[in-house]
Amino acid sequence: MNKQNKKSKWQHFVDWVNGEEAIGMPKKISFKKIDFEKLQEDFEKYIWSGRKKAIFYMVMCVFVCLTFIGILLHTVTALPYFGGSNNPASNEVVQRYIENGVEETGATNIVAGMILDYRAFDTFGESNVLFLAVICVIMLLKKDKYNTTEQEQREEKEDEMFEKEDSNTILKRIANLLAPLLFLFGIYVVLNGHISPGGGFSGGAIIGAGFVLYASVNGQQKMQRFFTYKIFVRINVICLLTYCILKGYSFFTGANHLPNIIPKGTAGALLSGGLILPLNICVGMIVACTIYGFYALFTKGEI
Amino acid sequence: MESVNYIHNIPFISIFLTMFGGIITPLLSKGKLAQKINFIIVCIVGILSAVLLVSVWKNEQSFTFMMGHFPAPWGNELRAGPLEALMALTFSFVMANTLLGGAKFVQKDILPEKQNLYFVMINLLFGSMLALIYTNDIFTAYVFLEINTIASCAIIMAKGTGESIAATLHYLIICLLGSGLFLIGISLLYSITGHLLMPNIQQSIIQLTKTGEYAFPFAVVIGMIIIGISIKSAVFPFHFMLASAHPAATPPSSSILSGLVLKSFIILNIKMFYCVFTIDLIRSLRITNVLFLFGLIGMVVGSVSALKETRIKHMLAYSSAAQIGYIYMGLGLGNHAGMVAACFHILAHAATKAMLFICAGGLMSVSQGSDSIHDLRGAAHRNLMAGIGFTVGGLSMVGVPLTAGFVSKLYFASATIYSPQKMVITLLTLAVSMILNAMYFIPSAIAIWTPVEKKEEYTKPSRKMEIGIGIFIVTNFFLGICYKPIIDMIELGIRLL
Amino acid sequence: MTNLMTNHYEAAAVILFGIGFMNLLLSRNLIKKFIGLNIMDTAVYLFLAAKGFIEGRAAPIVMEGTTATVEKFINPVPSGLVLTGIVVSVSVTAFSLALVQRLYKHYGSLDLDEIMQKAKKEGH
Repeated sequence: MNKQNKKSKWQHFVDWVNGEEAIGMPKKISFKKIDFEKLQEDFEKYIWSGRKKAIFYMVMCVFVCLTFIGILLHTVTALPYFGGSNNPASNEVVQRYIENGVEETGATNIVAGMILDYRAFDTFGESNVLFLAVICVIMLLKKDKYNTTEQEQREEKEDEMFEKEDSNTILKRIANLLAPLLFLFGIYVVLNGHISPGGGFSGGAIIGAGFVLYASVNGQQKMQRFFTYKIFVRINVICLLTYCILKGYSFFTGANHLPNIIPKGTAGALLSGGLILPLNICVGMIVACTIYGFYALFTKGEI
Repeated sequence: MESVNYIHNIPFISIFLTMFGGIITPLLSKGKLAQKINFIIVCIVGILSAVLLVSVWKNEQSFTFMMGHFPAPWGNELRAGPLEALMALTFSFVMANTLLGGAKFVQKDILPEKQNLYFVMINLLFGSMLALIYTNDIFTAYVFLEINTIASCAIIMAKGTGESIAATLHYLIICLLGSGLFLIGISLLYSITGHLLMPNIQQSIIQLTKTGEYAFPFAVVIGMIIIGISIKSAVFPFHFMLASAHPAATPPSSSILSGLVLKSFIILNIKMFYCVFTIDLIRSLRITNVLFLFGLIGMVVGSVSALKETRIKHMLAYSSAAQIGYIYMGLGLGNHAGMVAACFHILAHAATKAMLFICAGGLMSVSQGSDSIHDLRGAAHRNLMAGIGFTVGGLSMVGVPLTAGFVSKLYFASATIYSPQKMVITLLTLAVSMILNAMYFIPSAIAIWTPVEKKEEYTKPSRKMEIGIGIFIVTNFFLGICYKPIIDMIELGIRLL
Repeated sequence: MTNLMTNHYEAAAVILFGIGFMNLLLSRNLIKKFIGLNIMDTAVYLFLAAKGFIEGRAAPIVMEGTTATVEKFINPVPSGLVLTGIVVSVSVTAFSLALVQRLYKHYGSLDLDEIMQKAKKEGH
């Protein structure tokens, strides 16, 4: 008896790990349009008929992957040696990045100088990927008539009631202490991106984590007082636009050999590095908003 | 101080203009306004590309454009020649026309509060395709490849139904497989050559092939990059993603996806052949033979699957797979003429398939939204323009003279002269595939023109859609009749790559 | 074989890539599929980081009052590529998980085959 009980708990655990089931809650989903039971039956029939095919597919996959690993391992043996100082990759490109980087970009962090000045077009594309991802998640998860059911709305109201009654004083106190520290640290990392390790992405992620902590402890209502969907979209768009315009200006002057009026500053000072500091600030704000946006959209479907 | 050469700035301005448009669109609350702005931007890019094309064609030159203050091995670069300019022009033309013809579908299929987000995707997708055409740097290509993946998935799922989201997932997984292979390919390539810009990589590849160093890694790298890009362009074993994605998406999305997105990857593949690996190396490693084989199988299998379908959008999706097979067969011939034919087929198929999807959408919307060919009987009488467009598109796919499809098939056939060992099989497969095409396009064309007695309620097709389809039909005949200058441009473009 | 031992970071990265690849192809659970994808991406970053490393050199941040020479620092290019790659993979992961969440709400399952089957039925 005991054993059986244990096994079923194990089964629950396995299901939970697989994401099939939430803790302490049996799977219960309502369907609007489709006849679920019939589909389930059809699916089981399909699985039984496709058994042989599935096994064949699995064997093929394992075979392909093992061959793939084998080929890659063989490739690795023929590659330049690990840690060697005269690899093909250490060529004149790297030399200029390191030796003239500080002078040409004004940033003492050579990686920051590289990604935001020498190869800035890639980084612009990368910020756009992030922006796109956020817009996609909004398209998918922001509540509309396709992705919400009445039951969910009811449950959410109950949740909100519950949140109000619930007072985890210790948790709230500590989180409220911790969140400002996180913000400060994040801002420090963003602002010093060009003179020390860090930059817009890492700093933005830290600030975003601060937002997530604050929102998860105090409830999203409190967050919505100063951070609504409109503000979220505006911050994202304005920062990316600034990025686009600044970089567009810099590309245009660079390619056409026009004089660039942006001063480089003295290397190592906070206000240095030409466009790198404002770009880092823009990126930091985008990333912070994005991280919080992901959290809010995934949990509630609202910002 | 030098004077600014504005022609050379056109690639940069086109990319940044579309990106700018995409970024600013979420602020617009109305979908219609977003649509107008998007349309204007695409038109401006089209005009700019036409100016660029005329300029580079007259001067018979290509040029590189420095993105930033630093020259080639240090900074990013763009590159433009006749081929790139022609492709950019075609893409913007097809894009503008699709958006014109498909405006009603977007308004009908997508929730009003999310329509502006749809146009963010369209803008960024267009920007990323332009960047893929113009880029001269493989890492930039990777980043914009990912933008392209996400944006194209987003326009599939924009409809918001369960079916469309499941199709998106399928599409996304296959695309990510492709970009994963591409990413590890470029990392390996970087560790061997130490460069990320295409001309520099090419130089060091030429040197290394002379000395014979790193022969095995090179083969692996080339295989992975080419396979990765080919997977993303839905070459034969991976064409199933199209079959689920196209029917579930709204018609303009299908048009863009099939007409342009897949083509942008093929163009990247051609650039990889010529600007990175050199065509001799590709030929000596027999990569072209592999592509040739998969192209041939794709042609036949795609057409046979299309033949089995009774639903119009599934049929068109499989037909796309078959046409991608044609293009890869052209690349696989491994000679200059085959490459030219493949490039011409890119243009012809972009114009034709975009029109077919819009027409199919138009026919479906006057038949209570059903997509089975049986229910579409008589639809051409209810929506005349869509009926004519569908018929012309079908004839072009089959390869009837005076249409665009005929010219590309003619050039494919004549390109086989330069690869005698592949001649017989190519000609045979071309013939078989043409017959198969005729076997599924002609019955459906007959079905839509069959008059039916019963009168159903339907809304009249919009004027915009009729104009869009009309322009597409004219383009198709233009490509089929005045093809000579375009072929010349493509030849010049490939020579200058 | 000795080459494999010297390049052991790269070898590990490549094996991880294969594991991720296999996971992406084999597992039917969508969350696991995307974990596989992440493993694949991470393996590439490990590979790049290993390729950028040079024995006995420091991270490329120039201290005040010193002049930068190539002999002091490792290769900064792979670090930049990894940075870009990480952001791309975060975005892709967020997007795919959002898709999975929507699908789970709609079909009540995380199994790809089951979802595709139901979607096909629904489409008819």
